[in-house]
Amino acid sequence: MKLTGAQILIKMIRAEGIDTIFGYPGGAVIDIYDALAKQNGLKHILVRHEQGAVHAADGYARANKSVGVALVTSGPGATNTVTGIASAYLDSIPMVVFTGQVPTALIGNDAFQEVDIVGITRPCTKHNYLVKDVSKMAATIKEAFHLARSGRPGPVLVDLPKDIVQTAVEFKEPKEIVLKSYRPNYKPNKKQLAKVVEAIARAKRPVIFAGGGVILSQASEQLTQLARMTNIPVTASLMGLGAFPGSDPLWLGMLGMHGTYRANMSIGNCDLMIAAGVRFDDRVTGNVKKFAPDARIVQIDIDPTSIHKNIEVQCPIVADCKTALEGIIELIKEKDAASFSPDTTAWHKQIAEWKKTAPLKYEQGKDVIKPQFVVEKLFEVTRGEAIITTEVGQNQMWAAQYYHFDKPNHFITSGGLGVMGFGLPAAIGAKAACPDKIVVDVAGDGSIQMNIQELMTAVESKIDVKIVILNNQYLGMVRQWQELFYNKNYSSTNMENAPDFVKLAQAYGATGLRCTKPEDVEATLLKGLNTPGTVIMDFAVDREESVYPMVPAGGAITEMLLV
Amino acid sequence: MKINSYLLSILVDDEPGVLSRISGLFSGRGFNIDSLSVAKTADQNVSRVTMVTKCDAHIIEQIKKQLNKLINVITVNDLTDKKYVQRELSLIKVNAQPEKKAEILRIVDIFRCKIVDVGLSHYTIEVSGDREKQDAILSLLKPMGIIEIASTGAIALARENA
Ligand SMILES: Cc1ncc(C[n+]2csc(CCOP(=O)(O)OP(=O)(O)O)c2C)c(N)n1
Ligand SMILES: [Mg+2]
Repeated sequence: MKLTGAQILIKMIRAEGIDTIFGYPGGAVIDIYDALAKQNGLKHILVRHEQGAVHAADGYARANKSVGVALVTSGPGATNTVTGIASAYLDSIPMVVFTGQVPTALIGNDAFQEVDIVGITRPCTKHNYLVKDVSKMAATIKEAFHLARSGRPGPVLVDLPKDIVQTAVEFKEPKEIVLKSYRPNYKPNKKQLAKVVEAIARAKRPVIFAGGGVILSQASEQLTQLARMTNIPVTASLMGLGAFPGSDPLWLGMLGMHGTYRANMSIGNCDLMIAAGVRFDDRVTGNVKKFAPDARIVQIDIDPTSIHKNIEVQCPIVADCKTALEGIIELIKEKDAASFSPDTTAWHKQIAEWKKTAPLKYEQGKDVIKPQFVVEKLFEVTRGEAIITTEVGQNQMWAAQYYHFDKPNHFITSGGLGVMGFGLPAAIGAKAACPDKIVVDVAGDGSIQMNIQELMTAVESKIDVKIVILNNQYLGMVRQWQELFYNKNYSSTNMENAPDFVKLAQAYGATGLRCTKPEDVEATLLKGLNTPGTVIMDFAVDREESVYPMVPAGGAITEMLLV
Repeated sequence: MKINSYLLSILVDDEPGVLSRISGLFSGRGFNIDSLSVAKTADQNVSRVTMVTKCDAHIIEQIKKQLNKLINVITVNDLTDKKYVQRELSLIKVNAQPEKKAEILRIVDIFRCKIVDVGLSHYTIEVSGDREKQDAILSLLKPMGIIEIASTGAIALARENA
């Protein structure tokens, strides 16, 4: 059967089990759009900006535990995807981005809407391709998906010249992918696993530190089992939230710059750290010289470059997190209880002390709404069941601190790149993947304006997302730094000049609600969540509230500014 | 940390953009490249990149891992502490005033180099050998007045057991 490049593209995406893609048309991809309209197996959601398409694909991938797909035109369509791709790259999110390209005969001639998107995205994709021969199209797409989802996942870009998608060829099912230069190592070294078990048996002050890799490898169950059978407390990076139940007594809270006091103190004082699926970002380690100075560190990661990069570890395990954790659990099960009963009573007592000394706290008075209160109420009224996406800044940190994630794949945030404008399109993607879930974007008044146009996407496609704006009329996180480290010189962070978000919602055909009093917070949330369709809930919150605790950049994580 | 010179022999898919992936990796992560040479191998689809880089022991580990992570990189062989043969080729154009000609010829002879171009007042000399040999001959030719130099980077192959 003869198929055009455009038809092959659609067929290959469907073969990957993907039902929805996000995109925006243009001259270079007009043939693909023509083909999309003539089929109904693959749903296309029309965004309002290409950056939105990529973040939506990111949200879709995370909520759906699969690969997200975006489709855009050449030139400006392609360059508009770069921020989204870079975000997915830093967060290791499986994604394939298809960009249109000028016809092969024109490549290199500075043709209309030509950019070298393969060159531009080389440093922020796992890999990328320019397809120059339609007979290689199917195999290239298959390889792109294989790379995106295997090993350490990441975004892959495939650039499709216009003549290639127009040309018809005899379609042949591509063969299984064998890449001689790419064979991620999933299986852990048995000896290393045995060392971990020994270390656990000897440890007096052990901690487990979970990262986004645990969620990507779907190893939350194993991680939870290991923690519970060994009675080891657990902390997580921002990307790891949900990998371990936030309601479990062993949960320490998040680690790092805005981590809990007890999590940071536990890491600062532990004698054994089992780090799974983390890359020791500077937002987590603070001053690396003072990071976990007494600890023997076990690090499990599928990507060898993550090991010994920022932090020296004593027991590296290059493997899939899930397989490695399963292996450790098996080895522990083989031990008899008598020979394996680490004594950590004193450690748990110490941690309980830390918890008492400096718990997360804020005081909700009568007059002004505290942003933390809104997130806490949101947690209550959704019973912790919602998928939460965030924008970036204080809103993101309060969402992380006060929505106690019990399950993986429920917290979707731009962790590595910290992209303002991520939350709304990501929420659309997550909701497209999980229509039965409540999906809430916890937003800041600044960030929400960065991709506000995606409201139209949500309304048009009937993808109901709920947006909770913690409106402090500031670029709050930057203001907080100015308050603490720049003598309150609030340079360019005042956001008092803002649109009326209620009217703005209405203008897009969504619902807008405003809340200014603490006593109305719960009612507003309930009303907003129960109103069908897309809803903005605009909460006027305490303008100068700050996120605490805080580790000043470059400081030791045990030296925290408490409230 | 102590800075060393490392010699890497890297086999890569012969595909467009591979070199730019490698050089981009180095510039993006602040690694330095001392010399780089690329050519096809006996296998038409595979090229060999020979690279010399100066860094500390911690960075070279990252460099090797990051190179391995590139999809088009097939193998990374660190020859530094292994047995290998290494060559570099230079073309040196040197002033050849009548009174210096004999001396230049003597140097060329001692170092077993070749003269590949002769003019009224210059010689172009071909030197092949390791870095030390290149440096040695250069220091002797310098006083004559060097007009131009072109050098390849190092190329190397591991020695096989005899
Ligand atoms: C695209 C982008 N530009 C700039 C920044 C720097 N930045 C980080 S947080 C922040 C303030 C965000 O303000 P807002 O969305 O109102 O959130 P708040 O901190 O007030 O909750 C800024 C400007 C960023 N992270 N992303
Ligand atoms: Mg704000």
